[in-house]
Amino acid sequence: MSALSADPAPAPAPSPAVAAAPVRSRRARWYRQPTLLTGLVLLVIILFMCYAAPLLTSFNPNTQNLEEPLLGLGQMGHLLGTDQEGRDTWARLLYGGQVDLRIAVIAVILPFILGIIVGSLAGYFGGWVDAIIMRIVDIVVAFPFFVLVIALVFVLGTGGKSIYIAITAVGWVSYARITRGEITVAKRQEYVLAAQSGGLSSVRIITRHLLPNVITQSVVYAMSDIVQDILAIVTLSYLGLGVQPPTADWGTMISAGQNFLTTQWWLTTIPGIAVVITGLALSLIGDGLADLLRTGTS
Amino acid sequence: MSGPLQLEVSDLRVEIAGHQGVVRPIDGVSLEIAPGEAVGLVGESGSGKSMTLKSILGLLPPDAKVTSGSVVFDGTDLTRLPHSRLNKIRGRRIAMIFQEPMSALNPVMRVGNQIAEGPRVHLGMSRAQSVERAIDLMRRVGIPEPERRFRAYPHEFSGGMRQRVMIAMALSCDPELILCDEPTTALDVTIQDQILRLLVQLCQESGTSLMFVTHDLPVVAQVCHKVAVMYAGRIVERGTVSEVFSQPLHPYTLDLLRSAPDIDQPGQSLVPIPGSPPSLVSPPSGCRFHPRCQFAEEDCKVSDPPLRLLAGDRATACLHYERCLDQIGTNA
Repeated sequence: MSALSADPAPAPAPSPAVAAAPVRSRRARWYRQPTLLTGLVLLVIILFMCYAAPLLTSFNPNTQNLEEPLLGLGQMGHLLGTDQEGRDTWARLLYGGQVDLRIAVIAVILPFILGIIVGSLAGYFGGWVDAIIMRIVDIVVAFPFFVLVIALVFVLGTGGKSIYIAITAVGWVSYARITRGEITVAKRQEYVLAAQSGGLSSVRIITRHLLPNVITQSVVYAMSDIVQDILAIVTLSYLGLGVQPPTADWGTMISAGQNFLTTQWWLTTIPGIAVVITGLALSLIGDGLADLLRTGTS
Repeated sequence: MSGPLQLEVSDLRVEIAGHQGVVRPIDGVSLEIAPGEAVGLVGESGSGKSMTLKSILGLLPPDAKVTSGSVVFDGTDLTRLPHSRLNKIRGRRIAMIFQEPMSALNPVMRVGNQIAEGPRVHLGMSRAQSVERAIDLMRRVGIPEPERRFRAYPHEFSGGMRQRVMIAMALSCDPELILCDEPTTALDVTIQDQILRLLVQLCQESGTSLMFVTHDLPVVAQVCHKVAVMYAGRIVERGTVSEVFSQPLHPYTLDLLRSAPDIDQPGQSLVPIPGSPPSLVSPPSGCRFHPRCQFAEEDCKVSDPPLRLLAGDRATACLHYERCLDQIGTNA
């Protein structure tokens, strides 16, 4: 893709009817956005390290070796030592990242879809549909995000599935609000009236005409939302409500390493740094994307 | 004109509940279109002409309601049709062309797909068939290199080209009637002429009727057979274009004609109509035009003149329409 857009092929002679194409030039410049680029590079490195874990370590993240607990950095071939049960910290860090990133992605896609469906219905139809949906949104928004998620996971039980349900049940409201607002504005555009005059169904108008025009805001928001989701997942695991042992995950690693903070600080600090770097990468992507898409729409 | 009517609007009334009271943008409009006919609807801004057009297809804003009257198309009253059945007529049998080709096209959808959408939805065409049809339509409306332009976005087109796309969209399902809401107002004059010629030619080829809303009298003269003049939510005069323009039988039409430039009489100064259009919340008593009318008498302030049929399929809502004839006589 970058080869395609980086190649400044001689532009064909502009025909009089064809105006300048800002979309093209905007797409061609995505790689010049330093924030976006830094974020993408970081994320690619993180993803590579997590998913190429078998290449980067020969240890199994869950194999206990009670004869070698709490080894120091680099001892006995363990790059980051071992934890209290003799498991290789480096391997757990990499495999744990897989778990956290996978849960985070699913936990951002589900509320994204739900919120956009609900928000478009509220925005497009207005009236009592809008009133009811937006009151429900108000109720959910009234609770702090973490409080509600933790309470829901408590009720639903621990594990990945509960995290998806809890984050979806709380997270959809932001997407619903964004989409509803955007559609309320966009539906007054003449092209919507034109689509209605063409006898298109409401579903078709929403999905084919309105959503492609308004979805970018939600995509940008999703990028910052995923940071919050990773933090939520790590927090839940830290509290023992999320990913369950023996599966490795950054939250449980931080929590387990806490007891050895004075002697084996890296057991807690390294997974913490991993969370921070991942969050940073995704935030940079979100910011860069927002800049890129906003300049395009203005 | 004899034969079955294609569209008959009778005594249509629309109300909008506003802050200052009930607004009646359409207050008893009757119109008819025979198959293959082109009817113009002219009037000042706010006279209710666009609103009339939108109410035919049920596209009124949510706070506007049709309170009485009917819009009969092919034997069915469109104002009472459920949404699902209305959608089978919209785009399929009655299409609409909008004023602003810039905003009436979806900015993030390829123009070809926008043209192909109608045939896919209404005629049950496959993707390949509808693409072929769209390219064919683009060629018919004079878009060069339609195969390549199919994949272009609206912003890559000029205003005139976009309006050609709108025409192609309107024609895409071979409708029986096309409603045009000031389709050339946003274009410059030379492009305007091209687009009008194209529209008239394509409609004549396919026998499509046209309803043409505009405030531009020369455009009506170029496109339409018949014309109806609207003032403050009512039709004040109706007739064939040649008759109405040469012998207006309502002082408002007379004033409208005088306020528009005439290429055949370049030296003639334009006469503005005094005053401004009346409030639609509390319209004047009697004839709504009487406060601005040069011929107004005492009876105009009291009695509300109905649209009276005259000889030769003409109609006027003026109590003293003979005076218009006298006026033309003295000028000539």
